Amino acid sequence: MGLLTDLRDSISRVVDRLFSESEPKRIGIYGPPNAGKTTLANRIARDWTGDAIGPESHIPHETRRARRKENVEIERNGKKVTIDIVDTPGVTTKVDYKEFLEHDMEKDDAVRRSREATEGVAEAMHWLREDVDGVVYVLDSTKDPISQVNTMLIGIIESQDLPVLIFANKIDLEDSNVERIANAYPQHETVELSALEGENMDEVYAKIAEYFG
Amino acid sequence: MPEATASDSTSDGVQIDLFSGNRMANLTSMEKIRLILDGVRDGNIVILEEGLSPDEESKLIEVTMAEISPDEFNGIEIETYPRSQTADQSFLDRLMGRQSTQKLTVIGPANQIQTLHKDENLISALVSRK
Ligand SMILES: Nc1nc2c(ncn2[C@@H]2O[C@H](COP(=O)(O)OP(=O)(O)O)[C@@H](O)[C@H]2O)c(=O)[nH]1
Ligand SMILES: [Mg+2]
Repeated sequence: MGLLTDLRDSISRVVDRLFSESEPKRIGIYGPPNAGKTTLANRIARDWTGDAIGPESHIPHETRRARRKENVEIERNGKKVTIDIVDTPGVTTKVDYKEFLEHDMEKDDAVRRSREATEGVAEAMHWLREDVDGVVYVLDSTKDPISQVNTMLIGIIESQDLPVLIFANKIDLEDSNVERIANAYPQHETVELSALEGENMDEVYAKIAEYFG
Repeated sequence: MPEATASDSTSDGVQIDLFSGNRMANLTSMEKIRLILDGVRDGNIVILEEGLSPDEESKLIEVTMAEISPDEFNGIEIETYPRSQTADQSFLDRLMGRQSTQKLTVIGPANQIQTLHKDENLISALVSRK
């Protein structure tokens, strides 16, 4: 009896370790358009693997399809975690190709972009329900964090019981307000950073290792 | 068919489809989403007395994305009341166990949502009916 329990315990320990070390956790980077998701994904990928994921841009929906970087090993404070980073397009409930026309684009191009954007958002939503092990939710800390889409998305993430970290990005900007984000979503941990300038990345990696490891 | 329809076809008013919780209770997720999107694509504002589950909201976004097409349909606006209008309320929500499904939900066509915002008395009238 005791032997069996011991055996079972040690087997489950081995299994646990196998899974936690060899199976990368798939971490989805979600958040509204222009929050800095791709900038963050690129910084993480560059810091730990040496190359980037995809283009960053001030044009909304530059990331039309989810992009992924696999087997990114992050090590902090003796904790090691292997993650697949999935950079998603900003989740939204509407896409109007005419918005792209404002960025000096031909109609054909704009329509194609908006189609890719809608496919990307649908894919990102699908992944959230099926394929993601944890979520980093990126917000632009110069903007009001409470929007219908943010509230809805965070509700969806919570209903999936996924571990989630809220990243208050763009703290290098003068009108950044991290407190406002922390107050809006007090049920989750908020980590401040500047993905562009690389500010506070030590804490970012420590939290990623802690939450998703 | 909607539970109640307030329509003003003589002026440029909007049609509102109001679905009670009872009406929605026996529908599958996809049936609910179809009902909502059919209404919205007709240019109506759809009001759900009891809102959707997070999973249904996620599917609603996914299906909406699949149906967006240039010059025809560019998506939805969705607002829920009274949940999380301000930081204070979301704190209250948590106190009350934020899983409450009794959140009045208003969904409208994205290109007509000005109408929804402009007409705030309409929304508060509906909220206070609860
Ligand atoms: N000032 C500042 N700008 C940033 C920061 N992170 C991203 N940006 C800028 O915000 C814009 C959108 O960034 P991007 O990563 O493409 O956003 P995404 O749509 O969420 O993927 C780009 O112009 C970035 O250079 C940051 O930490 N500080
Ligand atoms: Mg992006």
